[in-house]
Amino acid sequence: MSSASVMTQNPAASMFRVYGTEAKYEFLKTMRQPAYVIPTLTFPLIFYVMFGIVFGGKQSLGAVSLSTYLLATYCAFGVIGASLFGFAMGVSMERGYGWLQVKRASPMPPLAYLTAKMAMAMIFSAILVAALFAVGTMFGGVHLSAGRLLGLAGTMIAGTIPFCALGLLIGCYSAPNSAPAVVNILFLPLAFCSGLWLPIQILPKFLQHVAPFLPPYHLGQLALQQVGFAGAGHPLQHVAALAAFTVAFLLLAQRGFKRDDVSINA
Amino acid sequence: MNAEKQIVASLAGVTKKFGEITALNNVNMGVRAGELLAVLGPNGAGKTTAVRLMLGLSAPLSGKVAVFGRDPRIASARGRIGAMLQVAKVPETLKVKEHINLFRSYYANPLSLQTTLEAAGLEGMEERLFGGLSGGQKQRGLFALAICGNPDLLFLDEPTVGLDITTRHLIWQQIRRLVQQGRTVVLTTHYLEEVDALADRVIVLNHGVIVAEGTSAEIKSRTAQRKIRCATQASRAEIENIPEVAAVSEQESRMEILTAQAEPVLRELFILDPNLTGLEVTNSTLEDAFLKIVETKVGETKNGETTTGETKPAAQEMTA
Repeated sequence: MSSASVMTQNPAASMFRVYGTEAKYEFLKTMRQPAYVIPTLTFPLIFYVMFGIVFGGKQSLGAVSLSTYLLATYCAFGVIGASLFGFAMGVSMERGYGWLQVKRASPMPPLAYLTAKMAMAMIFSAILVAALFAVGTMFGGVHLSAGRLLGLAGTMIAGTIPFCALGLLIGCYSAPNSAPAVVNILFLPLAFCSGLWLPIQILPKFLQHVAPFLPPYHLGQLALQQVGFAGAGHPLQHVAALAAFTVAFLLLAQRGFKRDDVSINA
Repeated sequence: MNAEKQIVASLAGVTKKFGEITALNNVNMGVRAGELLAVLGPNGAGKTTAVRLMLGLSAPLSGKVAVFGRDPRIASARGRIGAMLQVAKVPETLKVKEHINLFRSYYANPLSLQTTLEAAGLEGMEERLFGGLSGGQKQRGLFALAICGNPDLLFLDEPTVGLDITTRHLIWQQIRRLVQQGRTVVLTTHYLEEVDALADRVIVLNHGVIVAEGTSAEIKSRTAQRKIRCATQASRAEIENIPEVAAVSEQESRMEILTAQAEPVLRELFILDPNLTGLEVTNSTLEDAFLKIVETKVGETKNGETTTGETKPAAQEMTA
């Protein structure tokens, strides 16, 4: 068949094209959903302005100003929210309403579906870091070198991965209309207890002991180290913890996919 | 010639269970190149399971599933397949043309956007967001996604469910055209009229086994029923006593009688009630045959009339 010969012409290039096209349409689809775009982009900004700039004033913590400290943690907060909501709501709806079946019945490589959603979360993360940085610089007296800013942005973009995995896990197990509630119930307390809303140093002692068991804590610490705050632990410890969480979430999510009677990497 | 045709998709000795429920029990079936095969059966008969297996959405407990000689669970093995499935909600914030272009990108040799739009009757709607389409337009949109990859084998799961008659006929016309172009189509449907209008061959599934297989005419002839309807004073019991009568039912004020031979029954009927009115005699439809095959298999035989229904799983001969 002629179709077979076309397919074998340049498999690598055509694979790349499929992944790119999937991501492009995922982006278009998501940008037209105000229910996702507006809260994802504005909540971290509003919280940052309230806690980091209005209340934070001229206080400082360790080597950095409170507005710099909270810039880092609200970057983490925003990135986690964008990843969790994007994946959990998208996957639960597309699964629950039968749309994923249509895509799975097509020759779409299954990973294209996941990488498109991840690319989406990463784009939102980059936008969030840029917006928070702009607000912090203009109104919060934040001074970050270009190197630190790039480090923060890179960390945040890579930091989407564990939370995309957690969002995928939630999306695999929850019904379309319950996914947002599940995410909110997990996300807001986790972010608070991990010291992303307010510095962890001012939280009750027992929470400070619990925090290292929560994934957002580790991303928060990595963000803080990027803006020059010497947080607890070596960066590699946090990276390792996040990697371990990612693997655990993916394994559990794969069981959720199997429950739908398909295997994730077929 | 018919038997020589290449098998493009097959289930060979396939068993599939969901918990305690056996959805398919050692089923053998083959889809032949260029045919339009209808898979029929009541809800829970296993027809959706059979289609899902051939689309790689599901894995068999035992047996082998092959599509164009490959395991359809591998994405690249689905490169020549299109599928229209039942979807409660399609992402609403993409335009019709964006949805189609995305699906076109999955295939090596797709149809052009314009050809796809024309074939699905969606010309002029390509800039509309999918969420803004009517029910019939959405269904046509799903049809467009199924055909845009220029597939050789097309699975259509209830393609015209809930559609108005115009749209249904438009889709039928398109399905016929696809078969004329040499494509193979597997259709599941609840509309037996649709099967009568389109299918070359019919497989009837019930309780996870194939209970009948053949052309639509063959399926009808295996029950060879005629239907007599009339308004009469004769009681149901009296009519049931006529030897040739297979079944009687009362519908509103009329009797509906199923029989293999209409004439002797009519003679008896006129003796019972010379004044009967509103007489109608029709050949049984595919629907009657279907209901009979399905009922008989369950063992609910009527008036001792059994034999034809004890259908053997017809597929044994088809092992691929």
